[in-house]
This record gives sequence, structure tokens and C-alpha cells, in this order.
Amino acid sequence: MPQYLLSVHSVEGEARDPMTDEEMQQSWKQIQLLNEELKAAGAWLFSGRLHDPDTATVVRVSDGEVLTTDGPFVEAREHLGGFYIIEAADLDAALVWASKATAAVGKPIEVWPFAATEA
Amino acid sequence: VGDGDDPATLDRAEVGRIFGAESGRSVATLIGVFGDIDLAEDAVQEAFAVALGRWPADGLPPNPGGWITTTARNRAIDRLRRESRGRELLSEVAALSPGDREPGMAEGTGTVPDDRLRLIFTCCHPALSTQTQVALTLRLLGGLSTIQVAGAFLVAEATMARRLVRAKHKIKAARIPYRVPADHQLPGRMRPVLAVVYLVYTAGLTDPADPGLCAEPVRLARILATLLPDEPEVGRSLPCTTSCSWSPRPRSWPSTGPSPSARSTAPPPRSLGEDRAEGRGDVGERGPHGQHGGDQLLLRPRRRPGCRGRATPVAPGRAHPGAGVPERGLAGQGRPRTARPPATPRPSCGSTPTARPPTWG
Repeated sequence: MPQYLLSVHSVEGEARDPMTDEEMQQSWKQIQLLNEELKAAGAWLFSGRLHDPDTATVVRVSDGEVLTTDGPFVEAREHLGGFYIIEAADLDAALVWASKATAAVGKPIEVWPFAATEA
Repeated sequence: VGDGDDPATLDRAEVGRIFGAESGRSVATLIGVFGDIDLAEDAVQEAFAVALGRWPADGLPPNPGGWITTTARNRAIDRLRRESRGRELLSEVAALSPGDREPGMAEGTGTVPDDRLRLIFTCCHPALSTQTQVALTLRLLGGLSTIQVAGAFLVAEATMARRLVRAKHKIKAARIPYRVPADHQLPGRMRPVLAVVYLVYTAGLTDPADPGLCAEPVRLARILATLLPDEPEVGRSLPCTTSCSWSPRPRSWPSTGPSPSARSTAPPPRSLGEDRAEGRGDVGERGPHGQHGGDQLLLRPRRRPGCRGRATPVAPGRAHPGAGVPERGLAGQGRPRTARPPATPRPSCGSTPTARPPTWG
């Protein structure tokens, strides 16, 4: 079964009204419901929310030496906020999950096919 | 087409024209059989080479479409037999294919019309950019060569070839399905399809060098009308839209292209009355899905059905449902043409469309 990455995109410093406790609970509930639905459908492989980008660390090989540096590799205003890894029969099926996910988390979702599952 | 054609008059241009009209169906059928766009395309291309060799000498086969599908299918099978992965695929194909699509498939009418419909929805999948949707539709369904598609976009052939390769790779890698969307998905999915038909149509009207482009949207609209009779936009309005403006096209446009022979074989202009008979739609009718079709968002020529002019293109730089960013030329804007249609401005065919953000993607 093909696998897809649904990545949740957050915009750093995005001006938005802070969520009220009630809204936060509502959002949390929706995300939980989606996870349950994904699992019940056998589509869920993994999902998780990430900390802010300033908690990220980059490791790379430079001149034969391993270099460890602070910060996300890509300096961008948009960053990965979390992701789902799911199984879906085809892109349309993955897009249905993605539309539920974007409704639950309130952020844009990118849908990426995994190369290893290509036929 | 051409049962009574005298073989002696069947030159290469004529073979090309007949092939262009029939090949979309064959490509669609073969994608359905083999599940591989490249294989289907290459096989149909090989069949074209065979036709160029045989048809002028032997005359047109009684059923050119069936002949193309059979020849291309045999070529595809030959190729698969030569490859080890192909042999696996071939056994899968044999296992999956319903009997009626096996050897006798291309006899008689020879095709399953739903394959073309599936292909339209794959080419116009919202996961592809609008430019890519149009290019794929012209190439795969319209049977245009890559160089013709490149011409419609005013880009180099190599650029268009790369774009088509990338698009086909995305379809394969992301598994864009080859099927007609379910009823509840149709409203959203029809919109890009209609937008593509509209853009293809505009491209045809603004390219007097290539009358094939002009006939194409009319044919696509007819296919859609046959296959989706319950969609008012497709079933009634769209054929009116396209053929209303298409038919009175001036025949005196200067020849700018390299294919005068293609011009001479273009279908004859149809009378407006004949075209209008196809357009039985009422303004503002809603589909079974309770929405206006994409055409109603794009242009509203039915308000003035007698209008003989070109449909109003969307103003440059304006958002346009489904149109994304039409490349130079494709929507007929900002197109540096030395030879233009006659200077007399043709009346616009409707109000300027309302800019609306696309509801997908």
C-alpha cells in the first residue's frame, strides 16, 4: 500500500489571536478524533507534533568531519510543525485524509508520496 | 471518418489529422489496460509510424480508431515481452482484464468511452498545475505532438517535453488515480476540467496557425457532454459556448504557421444554427450537485447567444477559477504575435468574468 507524508506547515511569528482554552481543547479533540479515525481505518502509521524550529539541530559532514550546528537546516519562515505518515490506496484517498487533517490542525498540509512505496 | 476516402488522396497530413482525432481514445484505452501513460503514449506513437507507412498505400482502414488501438496494443505487448518487468506486468494485465477487453477489444467500435473520461479527470487533477493540466490534455487526449503543445504555450519543445515528463512522473509517483471521481467529489473536480476545456478553446482561437487546436475543445466538450449528460454546464452550455464562437471563425486569417496542409484539412465551419442546436441550456441552470459549472464562472456567452465574437478572455493577471497563471499565449494574452487576426475588434462574448479564488488546492 502506498505511503504518504502529510506535513503540517506552520508559519513562524504568524500573527494570530491566541487560542482560548476552549478552542485549544476543541482543536485537541479534533486531532485526537482524526488519529482514532486514521487508526480505525488502518491508515495510520505515525503522527506527531514537533517543537518550534529553534529547538532543532543540524548534523552534517563537512571536509570529512561531522559538524553539529544550531537551528533548522532550511532558514525559512515556514517550518514543519508536525506530520502524519499514512497508508492510502492513491492520491485521492490521501487527499481526503489531508483535508480532514487541515481542518483539525488549522494549518496547510503538504502531501508527499514516499518513494519507497512506488510500484 | 473517411470510409469513402480515395486512398490516393490520403497524404501524410491527412493521416496525421485522422490520427490526431482518434489517438486520444486509443491512449486512454491503453492506459486503462496497461496502467502506464508512457507505454500507452509510445505505443500509439509507434502505431502512427506504421499508419504513415501503410495508410497512404493501402487506404484508410474501415475503423481507424480500432486499428490504432489494436496496433498500439500489440506494439505495447511486444515491448513488454522484451522486458522482464514488462513480463510481470503483462501477466497482471492478463489476470485483471475483463474478457471483452482482450483481443476483440479494438474490433467494432473498439473502445470504452469511459477511458477517455478517466483520462480527462487524471489530466485535470487539481494536484497538477493548470498549465500542466492543459498541456497533458492536449498531448494525451488531443493527440497533439509535444511541439504543437509547446507552440500553444510559446515555449521551446524541450521545455514542454520536460514539463510533460515531470507531470507524468507526478501522476505515477503520487498515484493520481485513473478514474472518474465519485459523485460527491464531482462538483470540485468538474471545475478544473471545464477550465481546461475553456483554455484549450481560447488557445485554439488565438492560434490561427493551428486549426487543430480550435476543433479540439469542441471535441472535448462533446465527449464530456456524452459522458456526463447530467451536468448542465457540460451537457448543454459548454458545446454552445465553444461552437458558438468557433463556427464563425474568419477563414481569411493570415497563415503564420508551417502547416498550410493542416489548415486545408481543418473541419469546415459549421453554421451558427447548427451549433446552437447543441446549446439547449438555460442561463444559470444548476447541476445535480447544486452548483454552477466552471464555464459559468469563466464566461457567460449564453446571455448573448447570437454573439459571434471571441469569448472574453480573463484580464491579464487576474485570478481566474481554475486558470491559475495561464502562460503567455495560452489564454491569448501578452502574446507577441506578428500576424494577428483582423484588426477589427470582434465583439466580446459576455461579461468580464468575476475573479474568484479556486476552491481547490
